[in-house]
Amino acid sequence: MTGEKAAGAELPIEAVRPVRPGRWLGAAVALLFLVWLAYTVIVNENLHWDVIVAYLTDGRILGGLWVTIQLTVLSMAIGLALGVLAAVMQLSDNPVLRGTSALYTWFFRGTPLLVQLIFWFNIGLVFPTFAIGVPFGGPKLIEWQANAVITPFTAALLGLAINEGAYMAEIVRAGIRSVDPGQREAAESLGMSHRQVLRRVVLPQAMRVIIPPTGNQFISMLKTTSMVSVIAGAELLTVAQRIYLGNFEVIAMLVVASIWYVVLTTIASVGQHFVEKRFERGHVRLSSRVRRNLSPLPSKEPLPVESSKEPPLPKEPS
Amino acid sequence: MNAQDQPMVRIRSVRKRFGSLEVLKGIDLDVPAGEVVCVVGPSGSGKSTLLRCVNRLESIDSGRIWVNGELMGYAERDGRLHTLRPHELSRQRRGIGMVFQRFHLFPHRTAIENVMEGPVTVLRTSTAQARRQAQELLDRVGLADRGHHYPAQLSGGQQQRVAIARSLAMRPSLMLFDEPTSALDPELVQEVLAVMRDLAATGMTMMVVTHEMNFAREVGDQLVFMDDGVIVERGDPREVLAAPRHERLRAFLGQVQ
Ligand SMILES: Nc1ncnc2c1ncn2[C@@H]1O[C@H](COP(=O)(O)OP(=O)(O)OP(=O)(O)O)[C@@H](O)[C@H]1O
Ligand SMILES: [Mg+2]
Repeated sequence: MTGEKAAGAELPIEAVRPVRPGRWLGAAVALLFLVWLAYTVIVNENLHWDVIVAYLTDGRILGGLWVTIQLTVLSMAIGLALGVLAAVMQLSDNPVLRGTSALYTWFFRGTPLLVQLIFWFNIGLVFPTFAIGVPFGGPKLIEWQANAVITPFTAALLGLAINEGAYMAEIVRAGIRSVDPGQREAAESLGMSHRQVLRRVVLPQAMRVIIPPTGNQFISMLKTTSMVSVIAGAELLTVAQRIYLGNFEVIAMLVVASIWYVVLTTIASVGQHFVEKRFERGHVRLSSRVRRNLSPLPSKEPLPVESSKEPPLPKEPS
Repeated sequence: MNAQDQPMVRIRSVRKRFGSLEVLKGIDLDVPAGEVVCVVGPSGSGKSTLLRCVNRLESIDSGRIWVNGELMGYAERDGRLHTLRPHELSRQRRGIGMVFQRFHLFPHRTAIENVMEGPVTVLRTSTAQARRQAQELLDRVGLADRGHHYPAQLSGGQQQRVAIARSLAMRPSLMLFDEPTSALDPELVQEVLAVMRDLAATGMTMMVVTHEMNFAREVGDQLVFMDDGVIVERGDPREVLAAPRHERLRAFLGQVQ
């Protein structure tokens, strides 16, 4: 063959790329648009940039930010625990447990989060007191007044966590079902109990499938907490609303809140990336030689991509 | 029955159905301690199901299976059978190793962690001791230097040898092999068969579903040919393979060889 060199000689590739005028044109238009957008936003006098900058680190705003973070972390943690519990129940052989779990996810995914939040906040109207004791009218050991226990924060936490649990249940269930049944059989033939199989073999592998949508749920939750403003939850949006009711800087306060939401979600996205990498352990890319000796992976169920978000509320705190 | 003359595995009149499909139609089989039984037969004849009934990954519809003198899956009290509780079943399974066609190593654990998993989780062996023992077992299957590799970083043959080591770590008295070399490239088959040969030489009782007729001839003490849920022919592998009596076995051998 012509041009063929001796074996072992280097053959560097220094190819000329084809010219693509369409690409350049598209990039130029997009860039121009972005510059124009930035310009109109910056020179717009109605935006009050000085107010925005001043309030960005206002004590009240930072307090609301802290409540938003607390609500997000706590409700995701409780939601995840509830989700694992509901998923394990859903996959059990016991029809009563399966039914209970199905009822839970059905009800809490079927009603709007907003309604749930208002319901929890007003639960004192239905159950004026909470008590620990013998159920069905038996003696009570301790008793609390609902109005004392149900603060906006606890109502928000209850609403967000229980609602989140219903969505996490679906995610966890899909994760567990994505694990090759052969893994369970291998673990069982070592003599592991059901709990050991779940804890040592199934859940760690399900994590790979559970983590990415859970990260999305977390990011979504950062913003969903703003719905708590309907019961004056004292989180970021509630605080921003309280301030603009006093100083009438509606847009500026919304921009302040939005900036913090973007900061939070950006940090969370970076964190998500690292957590996902951590759970990729053992799933390195395979060389083709190795791959030939592996049978095809079990078919993965599509993950539920629903999110618990509802449309935002243009409403005043109650 | 005393421990000396009782077979390691005793299978009597075992029937198993999946829905309307009867997969095992009355199986009787003894595996004496220290012997290697090779099970051959066409696809769908019920070989895997039989193995999975022995360690009770599948329940049976009728019949009895004893392993090491213990009735699998049930306790016999006052003339009645009582289904074992899950933890009692787990205890029975500890003594039976199983090797799968597709290895089923735990992908999130390294080779040595795979081998340590059973002793640490089930037997509560200390990590240090389990690691020592796992290292010895990896050495025995020729993978002393692969302990820190994840399964995905090992070839199929190496993965299967780790899987064998993982089963041996539970010190089983019986090993079940379900087509251990069928998922391997031809050049990797021998390294796995060599490990199994060594294992047989140490006196391990083994039930091996395989299409490797040479292995059956050299290592097997008994050959069992299954077709359509029944054992059609059985005997010394050398004799059976040299002069199959049944037409179905002749046809089957014609296909695999
Ligand atoms: N869990 C199950 N549910 C329903 N049918 C099953 C199940 N497991 C096996 N079968 C059926 O039982 C029959 C016997 O299966 P088995 O896996 O025991 O065959 P085999 O002899 O091991 O075949 P192969 O050589 O292909 O592995 C097949 O027809 C199979 O489809
Ligand atoms: Mg099979």
